[in-house]
Amino acid sequence: MTSFEVDPKLYSPLADSQLNVELDTGDMILNIGPQHPATHGTLRLVVRLDGERVIKADPVIGYMHRGYEKLTEYRTYPQITTLVNRIDWLSSFANEVPFIGAAEKLMNIEATPRALYIRTILTEMARISTFLLFLGEMGLQVGAITPAFFGFRDREYTLNLIESATGGRFHPNYNRIGGLKEDLPWGWVAECRNTMKKMLDSCDEFEDLVMGNPIFQARTRGIGIIPAELGASYGVSGSNLRASGVDWDLRRDGEPLLPYNEIEWKTFTHQDGDSFARYWVRLQETRESARMILQLLEQLPAGPIMAKVPRIIKVPEGEIYVNAENPLGEMGYYIISKGATGPFRVKIRTASFSNVSILPWLLQGIYVPDVITVLASLYFILGDIDR
Amino acid sequence: MADDEVTSPDVDDAGETATVATIEVPEVSAPEAAESQVPAMTDANAALLARVTAELGEAILESGQAGVDLIIRVTPESWARAAEVCRHKLGFDYLCFISGIDWLPTPSVGGEDAESDTSAPVQPKTMTFGVAGSEGRFQVFARVSSTRVARVGLTLKVDIKESKPVVGSWCGTYPGADWHERECWEMYGFVFDGHPSLRHLYLPHEFEGFPLRKDFPLLAREVKPWPGLVNVEGMPGEPDEEEAST
Repeated sequence: MTSFEVDPKLYSPLADSQLNVELDTGDMILNIGPQHPATHGTLRLVVRLDGERVIKADPVIGYMHRGYEKLTEYRTYPQITTLVNRIDWLSSFANEVPFIGAAEKLMNIEATPRALYIRTILTEMARISTFLLFLGEMGLQVGAITPAFFGFRDREYTLNLIESATGGRFHPNYNRIGGLKEDLPWGWVAECRNTMKKMLDSCDEFEDLVMGNPIFQARTRGIGIIPAELGASYGVSGSNLRASGVDWDLRRDGEPLLPYNEIEWKTFTHQDGDSFARYWVRLQETRESARMILQLLEQLPAGPIMAKVPRIIKVPEGEIYVNAENPLGEMGYYIISKGATGPFRVKIRTASFSNVSILPWLLQGIYVPDVITVLASLYFILGDIDR
Repeated sequence: MADDEVTSPDVDDAGETATVATIEVPEVSAPEAAESQVPAMTDANAALLARVTAELGEAILESGQAGVDLIIRVTPESWARAAEVCRHKLGFDYLCFISGIDWLPTPSVGGEDAESDTSAPVQPKTMTFGVAGSEGRFQVFARVSSTRVARVGLTLKVDIKESKPVVGSWCGTYPGADWHERECWEMYGFVFDGHPSLRHLYLPHEFEGFPLRKDFPLLAREVKPWPGLVNVEGMPGEPDEEEAST
């Protein structure tokens, strides 16, 4: 449903005959989506156009609303990991970590060091595989086919690693309260190290192929600029906000959930805040994640992967908000527990929801072809918006 | 340990378990805080509470701590003003989320038969309220944080009357509140006074009812208490169990 008033003249049979007399300069309403490759799901954009320029854009979401907040109230904690896997399906593993972390904090259980390290490795690997899809996809949206092939090729390596460790390419369901389902398979660490070294090379490839390309620059520079202050008040987070010059990363600035302080790494910011900056930041972060994984593999402690956990998981009464830096931004769970085997209420704060809520403001005044690049550069997953 | 003890700013970086009682405490008239908060309030939160109290004063009804976040409950009249104070005076430039809570007990699923089934959680039957309390069944809660200061978060709660679920909108202060409030409106039926256009966000526009309220049944569970409890049907041609036993 749109709130726009449709000019009846546009739909009158006389419109054609008028065309030869004088061009109708009235506004036009264009539906982008619900199914468009730049949207990773089903997002519909109703845009009102003046010629090629967007006057007003209204995202229509909810095509994939699955009611997870309601469903969590009817399930136990271990069952909910299955649900949260499917929120942002490109980086499922990263979704599990804050949820399990919240339950662990309420129960006062600490996962074993080895489990925490493996969680960190797989979270970063989820980040790499998500960003590789972005790096390829973004090229596709500006008309370059090659980056897409590169992205999908390299993403396959990381997905294979995730699959061999967890058993699932997209929905690992690997976290347990107190640790992990099982240990890494034999030979995984060596294989992972090789792949991450390969990943560093492919990041250079992307840099050579895409960043210097004049067409890519012409299509992305100065387009879709998010001012830092406005972005924060909309709740835009993650790489999108860092591309606007805000040096804020929950891996460093949030409550410690994973041992990021035990390795050397840095954050990347860009001052421009445009589509190009978002691409640049994500490319640097992909490389940095590969470096982080190499360090984590060096330091991977031995030991058990599960802490001592009661057989029936009952979470004591209380409430807590735990968030983490997901590939797409801040993902958090506000869990209210009443001492049962399942939560009383879970508020799922997803990154894409807030990232996309800035679209009506962001798309104003830009041209239709740029709508696509701005959508692609914001990088959202519809499951992450609709929950 | 009482929550209304406030540390002087030069000792605010002590650890979470620091003993607040040993530190010289300036007299700040914090509102009656919840006495029975199990974890003692951290120094950082106590300092933050003092700053919030200085701005909002009487508007704060109760305060507490969950995890590491400070939680305050403000009066419904000052809800919109609390947002302005957070953004412009306290430096919380980032809106995390706005949502609602229905404190009504979760209905037991599938009648009394399902009670022994551990696959479906059994929630308490009495209505209790979380940190910072509540007056009635409904609450709106929101969390703001800062992109400039690490590890700081403030959760605000406000009571909503069941008879007249109206509260001020945050849209003027945090533009990102738009979608959060639309979601909250369609899921709980809370009206945000001052919101530019409260219309459906996720659900079709003809949808009736408020799905996240506790009295809205999850139909799938009404039909079958738990999908895991499958009544295995016999293969075609095989006699049913009941028939076989008779």
